[in-house]
Amino acid sequence: MIAAARTILARDLRIVLRRPGDAATALLFFVIVASLFPLGVGAEPNLLRAVAPGVIWVAALLASMLSLARLFAADHADGTLEQLLLGSAPLGVVSAAKVLAHWLVSGLPLVAIAPLIALQYDLAPELYGTLALSLLLGTPVLGFIGAIGAALTLGLRGAGVLLALLVLPLYVPVLILGAGSVEMVSAGLAPDGQLLLLAALLVVSAAFAPWAIAAALRISTE
Amino acid sequence: MSTAIRWFWFASPQTFYPLAGAIARVSAVGAALLVAAGLYVGFFVAPTDAQQGEVYRVIFIHVPAAWMSMFLYVVMAFWAAIGLAFNTRLSAMMASAIAPTGALFTFVALWTGALWGRPTWGTYWVWDARLTSELILLFLYLGFMALQAAIDDARRADRAGAVLAIVGVVNVPIIYYSVQWWNTLHQGASVSLTRAPSMASTMLAGMLLMALAFWLYSIAATLARVRCIIRERA
Repeated sequence: MIAAARTILARDLRIVLRRPGDAATALLFFVIVASLFPLGVGAEPNLLRAVAPGVIWVAALLASMLSLARLFAADHADGTLEQLLLGSAPLGVVSAAKVLAHWLVSGLPLVAIAPLIALQYDLAPELYGTLALSLLLGTPVLGFIGAIGAALTLGLRGAGVLLALLVLPLYVPVLILGAGSVEMVSAGLAPDGQLLLLAALLVVSAAFAPWAIAAALRISTE
Repeated sequence: MSTAIRWFWFASPQTFYPLAGAIARVSAVGAALLVAAGLYVGFFVAPTDAQQGEVYRVIFIHVPAAWMSMFLYVVMAFWAAIGLAFNTRLSAMMASAIAPTGALFTFVALWTGALWGRPTWGTYWVWDARLTSELILLFLYLGFMALQAAIDDARRADRAGAVLAIVGVVNVPIIYYSVQWWNTLHQGASVSLTRAPSMASTMLAGMLLMALAFWLYSIAATLARVRCIIRERA
């Protein structure tokens, strides 16, 4: 079981490393969306500082949603997914490994680049740690929830827009807790409550989402 | 034992079809009578509110619609889960038949809330916790319906919708509490939603009558729709 997960993880990472452009696109999208907001709302520093946590989190939400389509599509197209479904490894474990691999190449870079965006928004340096930590806890949750949607919409017409409709409402708690934790620190309060709840969401979604993903994959491929 | 057999007897769309028609007719008549009674109590019997005047009377539509919107999502997820677990076609049909009615009530609750908000708070929309979570509930209904509409194969549509409904129903309380918490964090608008603590008993009676009417309407509309779905797939 562990071996299967490790194999999937290594395979998915190798595929991405061979074509790093795919993963970089979502990251670039994140940077562009975050850079558009000052052009829209004006470059007044106090305003930017106030909206920064929310904007960065919304941009992260959209970027991780956009990259979801890649999660199963290629494997579905070339038949790998069917082999995985037929294989002896539990599908839940396989799904969890795929989500983890996807997060390592799409979620983790967001965490790494978020301080750069925070710099653009003139966010106070003491907020960087909380911002990075909240993204570190929150983006895997987005991956787990989003993967359910990606599996359900596999191979459908208009899957991309449909995926947004399915997944974005479910992202609301992560957005509220993630942006809220940074705002707590900027208000001079401790962000522990939000971060612990994010961690709780991560634990719950990591425990249950893989089985929902597995069920969705079986439904979509039969 | 005999009741169990009865259940599975009506789990078949063919045998359920005439029963659904009979129940739908009775429920529709009951809903019409109760709406008439509820609106009469609401408009003519219930006293004028001391603070809000006559405008509060939208409560007789607004609150029962909000109750139904949340309740129907749970019912929908229940039928979806039954359909997924026991592989009964009728349960999945029930889930897809409930969704439009639930979305309708969610929309009605939001709309009447906006109409109520304008004269009392001076604005159609505030980012209040209840309004916001009701809006997200509407998105969840629409997502469920959009997913089922996008899938041509009826069996796959049923089962994919079921997974989504179950994931949604697990998420609804999390969304509700996170939105409520977000709302207390951002004490922006100075709007207090707490209603008059002592509600006249006629007001409560009108609201309960309307809630019952909406129940019966939901049953009638759902069963009428499930009959259409059975026909479609026959």
